[in-house]
Amino acid sequence: MADTTNTSAPTLVAAQAAAPTLEVRNLQTHFFTRAGVVKAVNDVSFTIGRGKVLGLVGESGSGKTVTGFSIMKLIDPPGRIVGGSILFQGRDLATLSEEEMRTLRGNRIAMIFQDPMMTLNPVLRIDTQMIETVQAHEKVSDADARARARDALGMVGIPSPDERLKSYPHQFSGGMRQRVAIAIALLHRPDLIVADEPTTALDVTIQGQILAEVQKLCATTGTAMLWITHDLSVVAGLADDIAVMYAGRVVEYGDVGEVLDAPLHPYTHGLIGSVPSRNKRGVPLRQIPGMTPSLLNLPEGCSFRARCPRAAEDCIVMPTLHPWLPNRLARCHHPHLEEVESA
Amino acid sequence: MSQSQMQTQVPDAPRVFADSETPMIELRQVSRRFSKKLDIAAKLARRLGASVKEEIVHAVDHVDLRVRKGEVVGLVGESGCGKSTLGRIVAGILPQSEGEVFWNGQNVAAMQGEAAKIGKLRRQMIFQDPYASLNPRMRVADIVGEAPLVHGLATRANFDAYVDEQMRRAGLDPAFKRRYPHQFSGGQRQRIGIARALAVAPEFIVCDEAVAALDVSIQAQILNLFMQLRKDLDLTYLFISHDLGVVEHLSDRVVIMYLGRVVEEAPTERVFAAANHPYTQSLLASVPRIGNRKRAFATVKGEIPSPLNPPPGCHFHPRCPHAFDRCRVEVPKLREIAPGQRSACHLNDAA
Repeated sequence: MADTTNTSAPTLVAAQAAAPTLEVRNLQTHFFTRAGVVKAVNDVSFTIGRGKVLGLVGESGSGKTVTGFSIMKLIDPPGRIVGGSILFQGRDLATLSEEEMRTLRGNRIAMIFQDPMMTLNPVLRIDTQMIETVQAHEKVSDADARARARDALGMVGIPSPDERLKSYPHQFSGGMRQRVAIAIALLHRPDLIVADEPTTALDVTIQGQILAEVQKLCATTGTAMLWITHDLSVVAGLADDIAVMYAGRVVEYGDVGEVLDAPLHPYTHGLIGSVPSRNKRGVPLRQIPGMTPSLLNLPEGCSFRARCPRAAEDCIVMPTLHPWLPNRLARCHHPHLEEVESA
Repeated sequence: MSQSQMQTQVPDAPRVFADSETPMIELRQVSRRFSKKLDIAAKLARRLGASVKEEIVHAVDHVDLRVRKGEVVGLVGESGCGKSTLGRIVAGILPQSEGEVFWNGQNVAAMQGEAAKIGKLRRQMIFQDPYASLNPRMRVADIVGEAPLVHGLATRANFDAYVDEQMRRAGLDPAFKRRYPHQFSGGQRQRIGIARALAVAPEFIVCDEAVAALDVSIQAQILNLFMQLRKDLDLTYLFISHDLGVVEHLSDRVVIMYLGRVVEEAPTERVFAAANHPYTQSLLASVPRIGNRKRAFATVKGEIPSPLNPPPGCHFHPRCPHAFDRCRVEVPKLREIAPGQRSACHLNDAA
């Protein structure tokens, strides 16, 4: 497969204006299992500028979470980053040692997980955990660290933060725990936050509250955010840009409004079409036939070929992520250009 | 698989139901309480004069619900609102603590023998988690075919043919019937759950978050299957979901619950066009929509209170922007405010 020929990362004009916080170029993360090599992330490129939110969207097994974990360099064997670069403020994270990475992680780059209990230690009080995090990267007194912890809790909308600092994680509700996890991510005012489905397990009213806080934070602190989710409607309201993944590759990349209004790639098109609120009531939902192919055994050429209504003979050759329109990239030989023109 | 056939069919317009019709299932003032029994230490402490009480959760609190034949009723609410408990009571797999359940006009408690058994068999449930709701040690053929065999709907002789038909109807290839659940993807497992529920020829299906665990593109396939089956088999659904988009798409009527009580019920268009209860309104405002672009997310203040210790009066008053004194003491009654629309809010009295 010669699909990694283009070396420069695709960059949207909007992101180019300021020096990007994160630039991922042709990232490849493979898992070497007994059953074979699973190419979980296979040529992923995108750019996030200061204070911007990129929504990374895909279904289960599309490689979106592995992309997030690769950026954090949290890939455990049998997985390995086998190619590409992850430029964070110009430094390539892929080449950093574990020691160097540890000084960045939780400090300049933070991660928020789907399950806040992955961040929180159930047997330690919130203040212990937060003070520990502050002092791990900076020499500050206990009192100063506590003050910072309290401010961070206040910032994510936790009422009476002084008392809540003395609580254990189990004394918080699910939504509050996720707020604490976000507060911990914010302690060092990171330049980049990788958020992996942080609101998926929450109720809609609580999700709305958290999204509002996150939006405010990115705008005020200039933190760049990679928001990984399967939910297109969350990305619609939150993100500036969107990258859609399918079977380990970015298949469409562009401005969130433009992509959702007139998607170029048939997969994005099908995905948006199958959202219930986009369909007329009582009429069968438009659906994408078939299932996501196994990453162990991907078809030759375009991975979406077998499910695609526009597939033709030339799809046997893997398409590149091509800039079909200004600020719009799609990995497809037959994109939905006619709809963009009519829109 | 027979997925492509479904796309071409055009369904009927939303159905209209007369109020006078005998509902297929009716709940009258049904409640369900769960209590935590006191352990030895707590009992001892009480003997010694400590004020220890049993903790009681009112999961469902005096709920009336009617579902008419052929109707799809969406039951919406956030975690802990009692929607799953209510679904289980309707499906007949959890007894209520108080109140009465009627099946085609007959009180379920008074039904006996064969009639009671058939009444239960006609109400089936499809569960949220396609991983937890299938026995991992059973082959698909046995998962689907066990109940019909026990109830005499299938015989040993026609067992294979019977199972094949159930699987085909749910969009599964009968060639897979010797496989175990772990050999299927999430969407296919949900189809197994559907085939199992339909195998005993039910008339009424309770879907408890049946598509919540699935990817969007697979979710669309399963939702289309539900609608197709409704048409083919003349099914009635109680569709429990937290996803308002899904409920809007396939329900005729929507019932909204908050902390064990029904706060509003109305025809689907009415709910989405003119929601009356402040909770329904804030719920609708919080739902992210794909058409929304880079805007401030609407927020409801506060959290869902603990059902162990719900606020007095209207359960929603601590979060409600319009709450006044009466809301803090008096429980609002569910009253008709427009044809087919009922809401439990004191604001409607003031107007």
